[in-house]
Amino acid sequence: MPLFHDEDQETLADTVAPFMADRAPVSHLRQLRDADDPAGFSRDLWREFGEMGFTGVLVDEADGGLGMGHVEAGIVLEEIGRNLTPSPFIGTAVGAVEALRLADPTLKEAWLPGIVAGETVAALALDEAARHRPQRVALKAERQGNGFRLTGAKQFVPFGHEADLLIVSARTSGATADEDGVTLFAIPRSHPGITARAERLADSSLATRIDLDGVDVDGSMVIGDIDDGRRVLDRVLSAVRTGASAEMVGVAGGASAMTLDYIKQRKQFGRIIGSYQALQHRAAHLYAEMEVARAATLKAQQSLDTGSDTATRDASVAKAMAGMASSLAVREAVQMHGGIGMTDEYDVGFFMKRQRVLAELYGDADFHADRLARMEGY
Amino acid sequence: MADSARADDLESFRQETRAWLEANCPPEMRTPMRSEKDVCWGGRNFVFSSDAQKQWLEVMAERGWTVPDWPAEYGGGGLSPAETKVLKQEMAALGCRVPLQSFGISMLGPALLKYGTEEQKQDHLPKIVRGEIRWCQGYSEPNAGSDLASLATSAQDKGDHYLVNGQKVWTSYADEADWIFCLTRTDTSQKQGGITFLLFDMESEGVSTRPIRLISGASPFCETFFDDVKVPKDQVLGEVNDGWSVAKYLLGHEREMISGMGGRSQGPSLPDYALGKLGVDEQGRLDDPVLRARIAMHEVRSHAFAAMSERFMDQLKAGKIHPAQPSMMKYYGTELNKDRHELLMAAGGSDALEWESEGSGEGKAARAWLRTKANSIEGGTSEIQLNIIAKRILELPEG
Repeated sequence: MPLFHDEDQETLADTVAPFMADRAPVSHLRQLRDADDPAGFSRDLWREFGEMGFTGVLVDEADGGLGMGHVEAGIVLEEIGRNLTPSPFIGTAVGAVEALRLADPTLKEAWLPGIVAGETVAALALDEAARHRPQRVALKAERQGNGFRLTGAKQFVPFGHEADLLIVSARTSGATADEDGVTLFAIPRSHPGITARAERLADSSLATRIDLDGVDVDGSMVIGDIDDGRRVLDRVLSAVRTGASAEMVGVAGGASAMTLDYIKQRKQFGRIIGSYQALQHRAAHLYAEMEVARAATLKAQQSLDTGSDTATRDASVAKAMAGMASSLAVREAVQMHGGIGMTDEYDVGFFMKRQRVLAELYGDADFHADRLARMEGY
Repeated sequence: MADSARADDLESFRQETRAWLEANCPPEMRTPMRSEKDVCWGGRNFVFSSDAQKQWLEVMAERGWTVPDWPAEYGGGGLSPAETKVLKQEMAALGCRVPLQSFGISMLGPALLKYGTEEQKQDHLPKIVRGEIRWCQGYSEPNAGSDLASLATSAQDKGDHYLVNGQKVWTSYADEADWIFCLTRTDTSQKQGGITFLLFDMESEGVSTRPIRLISGASPFCETFFDDVKVPKDQVLGEVNDGWSVAKYLLGHEREMISGMGGRSQGPSLPDYALGKLGVDEQGRLDDPVLRARIAMHEVRSHAFAAMSERFMDQLKAGKIHPAQPSMMKYYGTELNKDRHELLMAAGGSDALEWESEGSGEGKAARAWLRTKANSIEGGTSEIQLNIIAKRILELPEG
């Protein structure tokens, strides 16, 4: 498979790009923020995502979805990133769908139709500390009759307060840092014993701290095998890391497009500032970093779609590379805009805030460089 | 149907290629190259390092597989892009060495195919494929480096021939090459529009070379002097005074080649080398946490650039590439390679500083480290590549 979009994928991009720019440009985010919107995203837009087929992009055709792959999901995410569209897309249409693909038919039937329709929102409840360390799971799931009783807390759960479904990692055996002994659960958010407290983040999105205080669930809510949730979790994490990479490629693209426009117009000392070599070389270097990040991201998407045994590694490479490149993109964007880049009135600062959140989500560049080193035996 | 038929054809081509390589690639040629000496450059004066090297060149050249994607009528393999990729994959799987490396293949050949007359193609291309003639490139001059188009080596029109006078510098392997492709000035009234691209024999009267000793101790480059060298007029490639077009086209190919140096396949793996030198701590991590972190960050970029290289080649073959994209590849690949060698030196510590000892392979690490410093100078400096990206891809205005 060549490492560029085929014709169908180009056609999809040509559909998604104008849709997102029209329906959910940066001004949409600004409106939600200024209104202090308690949901942090638009349910109407989510339904439109369903009508367009976006939410079911990864759902098999037999289950009512489009039956496409991570390259296509990435096309949607790149436009979400470019427009800073607030959307539970990654957690729901990528993370939860990827988990449910590995679940029993009853769980699929319970949740996939709502996701495909753009009615259901799902959230991944995986992190328990400020730094992403998904292999450390202290939240307990103790056997209780036919099911389990879950006790513990999760944090940094995007859209957790609005979610209908939570995908929760819990410890069914062993100690907190053990690799085995983790089980994944699909639990309705409304289940008794779950409380969710939404916290507004720097980018005005809402992430949730979730407490599970003796939540009783039955065995049918287990995804995959008991004590062997790591297999499902690895797959889900590779998918959402790759998805977040695509979104960051979009954020970087949006920020750098604004910046290039600006430095082609702004004059100082009687000259267009984009004619100064000091800025040209930095813009060109940034372009190279972004191209490399785009290639790494596409590679990770294709590896997931072909079931390559390098998919896990490629996801870490993409997340780290896209994290570094998009970080440079937003920092250069603010600096090259000068004073106006520091104002709330101007959009460029929104890109910087969103990038910071996405860089942290599912592990930053340092986390993934370390993970790559472990995978490669050093 | 058509697609699946093509896929079947490709699969049978793969099977045949694998069988042929297994039968024809000498076992010695399936081991990694140990040093520069194992590279086969071909040419009139080339001394093969082994019989196997000679045999490998001959059997591959016979099929045109030294240059698999050139047309068969000029001695090439006549393979499609997909078949070429399969051949390269199968060669990599068996560990086959590249049978022939040359500037004729990577640089002049593509320009000959685009700008050459039928006679020029017939005359030169088959000899490149067979490794009979080794070419060198006469571009830079003492006063024309980054500003290459200011070159002054003159080619005076003498009716049936040109008379070439002047000096080139940084001519790679000029002392071992058979022919030179050379930029000369045929019109002093205009800069880019007064350059003509000439091909001539290095044994012509009036040509002399002098190797330049580099900081690595090696001398891969020469100064090349022309003193009343006669060059027949049918040895102009492209149009008179339009040599700059040919040169730019060819520079694109040179950048692709140099950018490939950042690929992951060449030399020792950085983590393996560091592990061998430093060992691991009780948790199995490289026993130097800060160096480990630097290596890991580098490896992220290195893996990502491997994907970029794959994407670049795929897009190139499909004709979906921005013409200035090779500048991005050259810039990133060479900077990455320099960074890699800085880290290799750090991992090697004082061992890697030894210049002559047997244990250090006569200073292999240090000399390779110093050699990489030229990566971002030759073939257009990093700064020139950034200028090209800024102007041609980002369309930023002239200063």
